[in-house]
Amino acid sequence: MNFFRILIVLLIIQFKAYALIEVDITRGNLSPLPIAVSPLSSDKKSVSEFEKILKIQNIGSEISIVVENNLKQSGLFNPLEKDSFLQKPDIAHLKPRFEDWRLIKAQALITGKVEIIDEKLRVEFRLWDVLAAKEMLALAFTTVPSNWRRVGHIITDKVYERLTGEKGYFDTRIIYVAEEGPKTKRIKKLAIMDQDGFNLKYLTLGNELVLTPRFNPTNQMVTYLSYFRNLPRVYLLDIETGIQEVVGDFPGMTFAPRFSPDGKKIIMSFASEGNSDIYTMDLENRIVERITNHPSIDTSPSYSPNGQYICFNSDRSGYQQIYVMRRDGSGVKRISFGNGLYGTPVWSPRGDLIAFTKLHKGKFYIGVMRTDGSGERLLTENFYQEAPSWSPNGRVLVFYRETKTDEKGEGFSAKLWSIDLTGYNERQVQTKTDASDPSWSSLLSN
Amino acid sequence: MILSKIFKNTFLVLMASLILTACATTKKVSTTKQMQGDVYTGTDTIEYLASGVPDRVFFATNESILTTASRDTLRKQASWLRKNSDISVVLEGHADERGTREYNLALGERRANAAKDYLMTYGVAANRISVISYGKERPVDSGSNPLAWSKNRRSVTVKAN
Repeated sequence: MNFFRILIVLLIIQFKAYALIEVDITRGNLSPLPIAVSPLSSDKKSVSEFEKILKIQNIGSEISIVVENNLKQSGLFNPLEKDSFLQKPDIAHLKPRFEDWRLIKAQALITGKVEIIDEKLRVEFRLWDVLAAKEMLALAFTTVPSNWRRVGHIITDKVYERLTGEKGYFDTRIIYVAEEGPKTKRIKKLAIMDQDGFNLKYLTLGNELVLTPRFNPTNQMVTYLSYFRNLPRVYLLDIETGIQEVVGDFPGMTFAPRFSPDGKKIIMSFASEGNSDIYTMDLENRIVERITNHPSIDTSPSYSPNGQYICFNSDRSGYQQIYVMRRDGSGVKRISFGNGLYGTPVWSPRGDLIAFTKLHKGKFYIGVMRTDGSGERLLTENFYQEAPSWSPNGRVLVFYRETKTDEKGEGFSAKLWSIDLTGYNERQVQTKTDASDPSWSSLLSN
Repeated sequence: MILSKIFKNTFLVLMASLILTACATTKKVSTTKQMQGDVYTGTDTIEYLASGVPDRVFFATNESILTTASRDTLRKQASWLRKNSDISVVLEGHADERGTREYNLALGERRANAAKDYLMTYGVAANRISVISYGKERPVDSGSNPLAWSKNRRSVTVKAN
C-alpha cells in the first residue's frame, strides 16, 4: 500500500518572498520560459547500486529527463539543450556560476543530487533564479527506488507551483480505454498509465466491452461500464486488489458513472423502457436515489466540486443540451444555448467552468463555458472528438479524437489529446494502442 | 491587466476563425438511392430471421421514430414470433459514430425499445423480448460517410435461444 506514497522528509530552505521569475498560465504562452535542467548528480556507488536495482544506467540523468519532458509538454517552459551546459551537475548543485547559465540564456535552473541510502532513493533538488542569482526552492525526498519516475513528476510539480503560483498536474495518472482491432469488432480494455505515458498497466483482459472509466477522489477506485455477460452495468474496480463488483442491482442498463467529490456516491444513468434518468447510489448503505424523472434522455452527470450541484446532458428540449440542477434534482436549468448540440459536461475542479463536447455543422468541438452558460469558448475543432477530462489543477483538458475512415472503411484511429484551457498547446498524448475515454486522476501526492 | 486583454483578443480571433470555418463547410446532400432522407432503405446488411422476415429496422439521425418501412418489418417479425412462440428475442439498439458515447448508449436503448413496443402492440409478450443497447460500439459499416452511418442507426432483432 505504501508503494505509492512518497515521504517528503526534509525541507532544506524555501524562499517565499522572492517571486522574481513568474510564468503566467492564464494566457497562451508564446515565449516559454527558458529553463536549464541540469542532470542530477550522483556518486559512483549510488550509480552502480541503482543500475543493479533498476537496470538504468544513469538515474540522475534519467530523472532530469522526466522533469524536462514534463516542463516541455506543459508548453510554459523551454528546456535548454544539455550539450550547451558549461557547469558540471555536482558543482552547479552546490553553487551555480550564474554567468555561465546566463550565457546560454537560461532564466531558471534546476539542479539536484541522487543517492542511495539504506536501499532507499534520496533525491534533493534546487530551483534557481538565474538572473537574480538566487535560490527559489530546495527540497528533498526519500522513497523506494522503483518510484524514481514519480520523483521526477513531483519535482516538476514543485517547480511548476513555485513559478506559476498554482498546483501542478504531473504526479498524476490517466485511466483510459485501450482499443484494438477493426472498427466493427473493437476490443477494449481498461488501461492506466502515468500522465506522461509510462508505467502502462491493463486492468481488464478485453473479454468484454468496457467504457468510460473514472477515478474516485483518492485514485484507488475506478467506476466504469462493463458489458460482462452481455449485461451493460456500472462496475466498481479497486485498482490495488483488482476486485470488481456491480454497482447496484438495476433491472436494466446503468451507464455514464462518476463519483461524487467526496467519493461516497456514484452518480449514473439508468435506462429502462426507452427512458434514461439519473440516479445516485450511496456506496456505504447502497441506498439508491432517483435524481431526475423526465421522459427524455438524461445522462452524463457530473458533480460540482462542492457536491451541491450536478451538470448533465438531456434532450428534453428536443436535442442534446447541457443542464444544471441542485444535487437533489431540483432547480433544473438549461445552460447551453449556442448553435448545435452539446454533450459530456464535466465540472472543472476549480468550480468555475464546465467543459463539454459540441456538435455543430458536422464538426466536433471541445469547449468550456461558465456554470451559468455564459462565456462559451471553443478550444479545438475536429472531425470527431469528445469526452474532456480536467487535469487536477483545472488548466488542461484531456479528451479523445477519432479519424475519418477512407472509402474502404479503413484508416480509423482513436487517440488521446490534451489542450490547455487557453486553447493553446494542443498535443497528442502517446499511448501504446488506440485510446479513448480518458479520465485524469487527482494529484497522487500533495 | 494588459495580458488578459491580449489573451481575450486572441480568443476572439480564434473564436471568429472557428466560426468562419464552421460556416464554410457546406452541407452534403446524400444522393444515394439507398437512403430516404437519412434513413437507410437498402438491403446490404440485412439478415433474415425467416424467409421474408428481415431482422433490422433503421432510424434517422438522433431519432427513434419508426418509419413506415420499419413498422412493416416489425409486423412481419411479430407475426413470425406469434407463430414461433418458443422463440425469445433480443433487440439490439445501435447509434452511429456521430454522437457522444453516453448519449448514444441511451439513444440505442430508446431505439430498441421503440421496436419492442411495436412488437408488443402486435401481440408479442414482453417476457419474450429483451433489450440491449450498444450505442456506437458495434457498427456494421466502418465507413465515415452518411450511408455508412444510416446503416449503423439500427435496431436488430436477434434470436436469444
